[in-house]
Order: sequence, then structure tokens, then C-alpha cells
Amino acid sequence: MNLDELTRSSGEWLRGTGPESDIVMCSRIRLARNLAEFPFTNRASRTEKSEIESSIRSAMQRANLELVYFDVNALPPLDRQFLVERQLISRELAAGEGPRGVAVGPLENIAIMVNEEDHLRIQVMLSGMALHDVWERINRLDDQLEEHLAYAFSTQLGYLTACPTNVGTGIRVGVMLHLPALAQTKQMEKVFRALQKINLAVRGLYGEGTQAFGDFYQISNQQTLGKSEPELIRILTDVVPQVIQYERTARQALMNEKRQHLHDQVSRAYGVLKTAHTISSEETMLLLSSVRLGINLGLIDDLEIATINELFIQTQPAYLQKIQGSELGVEERNVARASYLRSRLSNGRHVEPD
Amino acid sequence: MGSNKKMKCQKCSKPATFHITDIERGKPREYHFCEEHAHQHLRPPEGGQDAPPISDLAKKLIVGGAAAREPTSADKQVCPICQISFLEFRNSGRLGCPYDYEIFRDELMPLLENIHDETRHSGKVPRRAPRNTRQQTTLIQLRNDLKRAVAAEDYETAARVRDMIRSIEQEQGR
Ligand SMILES: [Zn+2]
Ligand SMILES: [Zn+2]
Repeated sequence: MNLDELTRSSGEWLRGTGPESDIVMCSRIRLARNLAEFPFTNRASRTEKSEIESSIRSAMQRANLELVYFDVNALPPLDRQFLVERQLISRELAAGEGPRGVAVGPLENIAIMVNEEDHLRIQVMLSGMALHDVWERINRLDDQLEEHLAYAFSTQLGYLTACPTNVGTGIRVGVMLHLPALAQTKQMEKVFRALQKINLAVRGLYGEGTQAFGDFYQISNQQTLGKSEPELIRILTDVVPQVIQYERTARQALMNEKRQHLHDQVSRAYGVLKTAHTISSEETMLLLSSVRLGINLGLIDDLEIATINELFIQTQPAYLQKIQGSELGVEERNVARASYLRSRLSNGRHVEPD
Repeated sequence: MGSNKKMKCQKCSKPATFHITDIERGKPREYHFCEEHAHQHLRPPEGGQDAPPISDLAKKLIVGGAAAREPTSADKQVCPICQISFLEFRNSGRLGCPYDYEIFRDELMPLLENIHDETRHSGKVPRRAPRNTRQQTTLIQLRNDLKRAVAAEDYETAARVRDMIRSIEQEQGR
């Protein structure tokens, strides 16, 4: 598998399967780990970073893990951005320097970043509300790597991390939710405040500051020390169903009180996406969100949820340029985006790109 | 809030200019901090994989003005392993090596309690028996020594340090 082959597939987490997948896009857990005998990435020399990278790569091999390693340091900026769009690496890793990379597992369920803020950032992602399954997988993966690596760990403080906000379990448990009805009815602020009070963070997908593109929000834990992994996961599995319920109630209210208006909004969004000849990324996300809501409410019945999920990723700048095979300016991208959308949505059927 | 005016920061002797109410385990808890400690209390978690938190209260509070913080004696402490000073940590928010959790322990514990509400790990333990942090980080120091010795063309020292590294590595069965 190389990067170009990645453009021809999409992550399993976009398939729209799994429990509550009309609202829960994906469940994801990441673990922060560091090798005991090296300074943290930000204090490591180039040579040390390279030693860290090769220790980790050899551990992956010895553990017989089915992973493909991308040497991010050697990748051109466009390819780095492409990996960021696919949620396989962070912006920090893309913008970093020196030896670093990411190991990607089958179906893109696994992504292990090397020499990010911590030596290892292990991530496992699955479609739908599947935190227990994700935990089981990542816990096993962590064990397999740990057989070949000595992690920095103290009995009192747990896994030692570069930033004290991650020390202890080093775990971030996150659920990505599609909340268009709560956003439309201006109830998100209320949800944010309620979640903040119980020490959970809310972030937007690709969001800059307060902008949450496509009405996707990730809810995750902030505390990492003093509670066990299952306890932290339980906070999420207790709270997320409540947020899902709010969203369902808001959707039902829209259907009962503003059905005509909603149907009109959804159909127009679908119409524009199918016919536009130039379209910005922002407008695309906005319209895709409406169409996604429309599918889930039965207002659109000739389009698969997986197609819409994929389009959130595949209308991003780097993806468009990768399939085009050349760098494009903003205007050219808007034209390429519209053309790609027309081809994927033509005749209202699910069309596989070839 | 009038009575709060003369209140001192809970963490230092500066006047408390930020009064924060957190809901902790269902009960409101009031904090009174100077700007620096309010910042510390509300500091968001790492940027990591995600975009910044949407309702970032900390940011709103900090935008008021970045008053220069007075240096403390702890700021000058330096880690013998990775050479980071506590001040550098304060400025960057990133530690330099695992040993920093020991060397800056007195300063870090209140910070950890602020961030996590707890100071003792509960959860997964690596299958390998964890060696103590001091022993773990000896290797980092030896590697630094080796680099310095090689740079200074002091090959006698370099050879000795290299042997020490090897024997520790062997002891660890690697
Ligand atoms: Zn203070
Ligand atoms: Zn250090």
C-alpha cells in the first residue's frame, strides 16, 4: 500500500455501520506512550528521534503487526495534508520536523504516530458507537508493542507523557457526533456547557476555533490521571447516549413543526451538490450536512450514508489535488470539487470512483 | 463578587483577580486565583489530534492581558538528564524527559491536581515490571555523555560510557 493507493479506498470508520451510526460517525481512542530511555520528542536530537523511530518500527515488525509505515519527514506537504484530512495524522505531526511518521493498519482503523508530541500516539477508530470494541483492540495493540518496547512508566503517575495533561492513562476517548438538528436549533451552546461541567471537551471536525464544519463534534475526556481506562470510557458511554437523545428530539421537533421547510432545505442542498460547477469547501460541508440529515430522516432515499460520509473527506483540498494529480489554486479546487461531487452523486446512485 | 476584591490567590500571595466556579462531582467549587494560576487551572489539554476545544474558557480569560510573571526560585531548577529548566517547561507546557516528573515533583504535583483532580494513577500497568524512573533515565544521561565524549574526541571516556550503556541494555534483556 502506498499513498496513491489510499486515495482509492476509504477508512472503515466512514462506512456508516455500527450502533447509532446515523448520529455517531465514529468512536476513537488514542494512547500516548513514550520510550523510557529517550528524552521526549521536543527535547530529542535528530539522531535520537531517528533511534526512537527505528526502535518503534522494529517493535512493530517483531510484533507481526499488519501496518504500513509512512515516513512523514520524506513526504511532500500535499501528502502530509492528505494524511491530516484522513484523520491519520495530526496537524502537529504534519508541521513537525525531523524523523517522524505514521503506521497505518488495514482499513485505516489503526494509526500509530511516531515522534509526535509523545514518541507514540496509538489510535484506533471504528464506525458507530463502539468504544468497548475500540478499547479491546487498542489495549491488545498496546500490549503487543509493549512486549518489544520499554515504556516510560511510574507506579504513582502511570504512563509518563511530554504534557502533564496526558499523564496517567495517556488516554483520550472520543466520539464523533453529527449534530445538525441541535446546531440548527441553537442548542449546542447548552450542550457544550453541560459537557464542560463534567470535564468533557467538545471540538469540531477540522474546526478552527468555534467553527465546526459539517456539524460534526467530537466529545472526549480531559482527565487522564486517577481514573482507570474503563472508568473514563464509562463517562463517555454514560453521557453520549444523552446527547444522542437530545439530537433525536431536536430532529423530531424539526420534522413535526417544520417538515416542509426542512424537506425544502435538504432537497435544495442535494440539488446544489449534484449540479454546481464551482463550490467552496465551506459550502460543501454545510450542504453535505443537510443531505446527511435528510438521508437519516428518510427525506432522501436514493443515496447511501457511506457516500456522504466519504464526501466529507473527499472534498477536502489535498484529496482533490491528489486525485487530480497536480496542485490546484482555490478557484481550480472549487471547480474540481464541484465536478467530483457531480460524478459521485450523478443519477442519485452510489457511484464508486474508479 | 464585591467581597472577593481583597482575596488572595489560593496558590500564591498575589491578589486573586479570577474567580472560577467549577462543578466537581455535582457540587460547585469556588476557586480564587491570580492570572497565572487561573491560566494554569483552566489550561486546555494538548492540541494533539484535534482542533482546539470549542468553548475554550481559558483562552477568553487569558486574552485580557499577558502580565509578566515574576520568576520564582523553582524556575531555575534544571533537569540533569535533559537539561530543561522549569521555566522552559512553564513557557512551553512540555516536559523534556520522563525524569522531569521526579526532579520537578514538588512543582508538578499541585499542577497535576489542578488538571486532573487526582495525583495517583489508577489503570493499566505495563506487563513488564516497571523499572523506577531514575534507573530508566540513566540511559538518557549516558547517551548524552557518550555524545559529548565523542564530540570532544575523548575516546577513552566514550568507550567506558558505551560499555555502561551496553551492560544496562543487556540487563534489560535487549
Ligand atoms: Zn497565584
Ligand atoms: Zn529531563
